[in-house]
Amino acid sequence: MITAERKPLEELIEYVKPYKRILLLGCNECVTVCAAGGRKEVGLLASGLQMALLKSGISIDIRQHTLERQCDPEYVEEIVSMIAGVDAVVSMACGCGVQQLAMRYKDKPIFPAVNTKFMGASERQGVWAERCQGCGNCLLGETGGICPIARCAKQLMNGPCGGSAGGHCEISEDVDCAWQLIWDRLKALGKEESFVEITPAKDWRSGGGSGPRKIIREDLAE
Amino acid sequence: MKTESNLEKVLNAGHLAVTSECGPPRGALPEEVVKKSKYLEGVVDAVNITDNQTAMVRMSSFAASVITKQQGLHPLLQMVTRDRNRLAMQADIIGAYSLGIDTMLCLSGDHTKFGDHPMAANVHDIDSVQLIQMVKQMRDEGKFQGGADLKGDPPKMFIGAAANPFADPFELRVMRLAKKINAGADFIQTQCIFNVDKFEKWMEGVRARRLHEKCYILAGITPIKSVGAAKFMQNRVPGMEVPQEIVDRMAATPKEEQPEEGIKICVEAIERLKNVEGVAGFHIMAIEWEEKVEEIVKRAGLYPRPQV
Ligand code: SF4
Ligand code: SF4
Repeated sequence: MITAERKPLEELIEYVKPYKRILLLGCNECVTVCAAGGRKEVGLLASGLQMALLKSGISIDIRQHTLERQCDPEYVEEIVSMIAGVDAVVSMACGCGVQQLAMRYKDKPIFPAVNTKFMGASERQGVWAERCQGCGNCLLGETGGICPIARCAKQLMNGPCGGSAGGHCEISEDVDCAWQLIWDRLKALGKEESFVEITPAKDWRSGGGSGPRKIIREDLAE
Repeated sequence: MKTESNLEKVLNAGHLAVTSECGPPRGALPEEVVKKSKYLEGVVDAVNITDNQTAMVRMSSFAASVITKQQGLHPLLQMVTRDRNRLAMQADIIGAYSLGIDTMLCLSGDHTKFGDHPMAANVHDIDSVQLIQMVKQMRDEGKFQGGADLKGDPPKMFIGAAANPFADPFELRVMRLAKKINAGADFIQTQCIFNVDKFEKWMEGVRARRLHEKCYILAGITPIKSVGAAKFMQNRVPGMEVPQEIVDRMAATPKEEQPEEGIKICVEAIERLKNVEGVAGFHIMAIEWEEKVEEIVKRAGLYPRPQV
């Protein structure tokens, strides 16, 4: 999923200060799972903002709503009248959701309430870690199911570097060495010798090297 | 012989080679490069010129290599994949070769986290193994990485790579060397060897795969200045292994005699490593202590350097 973290309150106050009525708009997908911008966080932010603003003598009408998916035009369409009734929108979705709103409601100020972080997975309660960088040509089949692009600090395709120590990456004791993980998996799979095969230089066109990417499914596209 | 590299000539003639390194200055100070190269003149077969080492901005390896060359030494251009993409690297390879630089070392580089620009983007368009492949393809096939033909003479680079026998997982370290050799590495410079036993064990694995017959292995050596430096390398430098007995030996030496003790340890290691089958020479990294390289080379019986 896409992970995100709430922006600091002070930054959000600067965004909303000039307005009378704003809409806090959550999203029911990834940001709900990583507890950054779902229904619950919309409520928490609304009261947090309200209190902070009152302290500085500002009163704003803060409305709350959460869409099923903010990155989907169908759902974004549903809120036409709600948007018409406010001066600005603070989106708690990832960057994709924010842009979906900005593209649809061209004359409405839209602000992000979260910092979109990475594509990751949950390691344990309250901990998410990066797992994929969307390189567009997945090589997990060759690397024992561990991604060297997202998880090796030097993006080595033919690692490990000389800094791998005791299972940790040279950048931090808190980061696993991706190549140690890959090696452990290759061993468990009995595929040790495949390590010697060289992975050639990657074609980054599939990974954004040729500009913004798009998927067009002829069978589905209207 | 694949190139005109002095280092290749020395190795090809069967001599134990000696290389050393020079870290370029953090400013437009060509006189510092000249000063460091003076220490190494006639003492080594090639001088590694580091490339933004420890992820700190320095005079480019390319420029410092040219200055070193002007002093009559043989520069060994280091290149890390951290700071530039494949276009920039290939441009520098043909540029360097045009100015008479014929030996290089392909590295991935220390992470930016350790340097003075931790906020910079890490490029890593290709990795060190792919860089070796790229240089080899330019040299042997006259083709750029993208497939187009190079114009004129291909850059005849003698291609080096690094190996660290002390990093984890140990069992993978010989295979990783094999990978670099398969990619096209002609010679290897290893991480500083303090734990000679472990290095010998690694070399056993190297010989078992007959890798020492496919590539020249230069053993990395670093003189330790003080007990403080020994402890620092033991605890703080990623991928470096300093056995406790070396720290203890330095600690048991009076402070003013510690530099001499450090040189002694280093010369003893060279003497021992000379007997290890497959060691083709030494890479002496006397960091900010370049003036001692001559003494080490002489005391280790590696002087004078062969004229080839
Ligand atoms: S190889 Fe590419 S697509 Fe596969 S997990 Fe890694 S970044 Fe994602
Ligand atoms: S220590 Fe491992 S994860 Fe970290 S940069 Fe080196 S190979 Fe990659």
